[in-house]
Amino acid sequence: MRIQLFGTCLIDTMFPETGEATVRLLRHFGVEIGYPDGQTCCGKPADSGGYSRESKKAAEHFISVFDRTEGPIIIPSGSCASMVKNHYPELFKDDERMRQKAEAIAGRTHELSQFLVHVLKVHEAGLSGTGRITYHASCQLTRELGVLEEPMLLLQSLNGAEFVDLPHSDRCCGFGGIFMAKLPEVSMALADEKVDTILSTGADTVTGCDHGCLMNIADAVKRRGSAVRVKHIAAVLAEGLK
Amino acid sequence: MNHSTSSIPFRENAVKALSNSALRGAMRNATETFAIKRADAVAALPLEELREEASELRLHVLNNLSEYVDRFEMNAVRAGAKVHRAKDSEAARGIIASILQDHGIGRVVKSKSMVSEEIHLNDYLQEVGITVVETDLGEYIIQIAGEGPSHIIVPAIHKDRRQVGQLFAEKLGCEYSDDPAVLTGVAKKILREEFLSAKAGISGANFAVAESGSIVLFTNEGNGRMCTSLPPLHIAVLSIEKIIPSLADLPKFIRLLPRSATGQTITSYLSVLTGSRKPGESTGAQEMHIVLLDNGRSELVSGEYREMFKCIRCGACLNACPVYRVVGGHAYGSTYPGPMGIVLTALLEGMERAKSLLDATTLCGACGDVCPVKVPLPRLLRLLRERRVEQGLTPRLEQNAMAGFGRVVEKPFLFHLGQIAGHVFWPAVKKFGPGDAVGRMPRPVSRTFRERFA
Ligand code: SF4
Repeated sequence: MRIQLFGTCLIDTMFPETGEATVRLLRHFGVEIGYPDGQTCCGKPADSGGYSRESKKAAEHFISVFDRTEGPIIIPSGSCASMVKNHYPELFKDDERMRQKAEAIAGRTHELSQFLVHVLKVHEAGLSGTGRITYHASCQLTRELGVLEEPMLLLQSLNGAEFVDLPHSDRCCGFGGIFMAKLPEVSMALADEKVDTILSTGADTVTGCDHGCLMNIADAVKRRGSAVRVKHIAAVLAEGLK
Repeated sequence: MNHSTSSIPFRENAVKALSNSALRGAMRNATETFAIKRADAVAALPLEELREEASELRLHVLNNLSEYVDRFEMNAVRAGAKVHRAKDSEAARGIIASILQDHGIGRVVKSKSMVSEEIHLNDYLQEVGITVVETDLGEYIIQIAGEGPSHIIVPAIHKDRRQVGQLFAEKLGCEYSDDPAVLTGVAKKILREEFLSAKAGISGANFAVAESGSIVLFTNEGNGRMCTSLPPLHIAVLSIEKIIPSLADLPKFIRLLPRSATGQTITSYLSVLTGSRKPGESTGAQEMHIVLLDNGRSELVSGEYREMFKCIRCGACLNACPVYRVVGGHAYGSTYPGPMGIVLTALLEGMERAKSLLDATTLCGACGDVCPVKVPLPRLLRLLRERRVEQGLTPRLEQNAMAGFGRVVEKPFLFHLGQIAGHVFWPAVKKFGPGDAVGRMPRPVSRTFRERFA
């Protein structure tokens, strides 16, 4: 099978290891990866800020890049995947031609954990892992895409690792894209509460499917001086491939 | 309450609230309890079905609002009530004040009503020399504290019992206690005297029934029916969208509202008041006035924000909102707090006033998930942010950044240049840049994923 990977601007710019982990993981399961040239950002930051002109530009560009390709589009980020799947068709609701294109793209798009479980059945193979792992259910992944079970199935299937439930796992960590910049104090307060619950589980690793949230949580973990590792789910799963 | 038209300083308010540990403790306990009780209570319902039905019914009313208002008025008058239409807050306040003045009344008892807060009724009545005594315990507490409500259902949610104990000792001259039963007893004794001597009572309404002209009140303390049926004069003030077609529609909301609000399966008291006391009846006000507040609603229900007015004011979205949970209601600087409050404030008080309030959401979607009538709060919040941008009401720095984003996002080469610049200039950006968020982000890498992968 051949898929097209959208790296997301955050992974491309700040967390390339997560991109590499995604690639290793997919290849391990025999997937061939295309990485379409010219990809930039899905437009989410502009979209949630209400800058629809700019988010439309991003969407048009994304569509033009992936339009030329075939096969499933895999995105290792719940909020970017939701942007493409839910918001793109909405952005072009008054432009029939673009809306059809957006819908075609949306139909091909999968968030990474969704794809791993539903298409590759990775949880049935069961990779290996270590330590106590807990999971933060990021907002758009959980509420907009309706993906909650999939990441947990993957983590529970790790041989040698222990999965522990996070209380209020789906409560917002306070990232919220531009929210973090506009209301830093509130954002930090929410991240601190998130870290309190993470520490209460006794986990040594916290994972999730969105680098935005993980970045915010990692910052709060650092503030706390805690040794808890904050890692994207792709990295956690790829660890077992060593 | 701030009546000004300048922008609400949400960030400053929030920072102040965050440093108030009593507030944060009280908020955490209360919202946690309500959220858990709500989840338990709705588990027993065919929730999705009920939400869908309730949402459709509310939408049907909004789509035919003026007919329903007319029908309600006709039937309320037929039942013996006097109905007044108020196009805005000022008109509503004026109507209520003159009814009271015509009767020579200088002191009224009042049960909880968010619409009365919306029109700033208490301040106005005070100005014209009429004393208002709040009789809902939470409202009574914040009234003697000189504050406004910080939750639409639980007005004193931000106070813990020690603070209430101190407040009572200070303002009412009783002995300090933080036992809720003792404190309730103190208030009860005072309020009982007020009920018995009151010449008029003011209430809001949870619903108004078009078919019968009745108003419906959900209360937990029984003070609502004391205010509405003990004094000879009763004035109910409500906004027009509270109308439902018939009594047969009520059970849906009886099942949804208390469960969504406080996690109760039903409220302690449910009053259906139809007109004034008739000959031969032994209870009820002799004279009943109903003030129907429009305040922009009849226009708003025909536009893109229509669905906001499906709201039944249960407060579930407040309890679920992560931002509300840590900063409390006063930080919103307006009558209605939380996610529904952001939208209503922008609609009722204007974009200029609400422009920074629109940032008080992470758009996490928790509010939309719990809303019993499916108000699409995240979509409305996002839409308002779009209108804010169109009206040029976002900060200049942000506008420039977004314009820059728009220029590079469709040009991969420029986008990549931006990434390189991010890496190179990061130390400087961190030092001199807009700080807060940047300081909490890792430095952009020197070789992007794309370069490593290619
Ligand atoms: S918007 Fe929905 S959840 Fe919020 S108060 Fe209104 S009815 Fe309740």
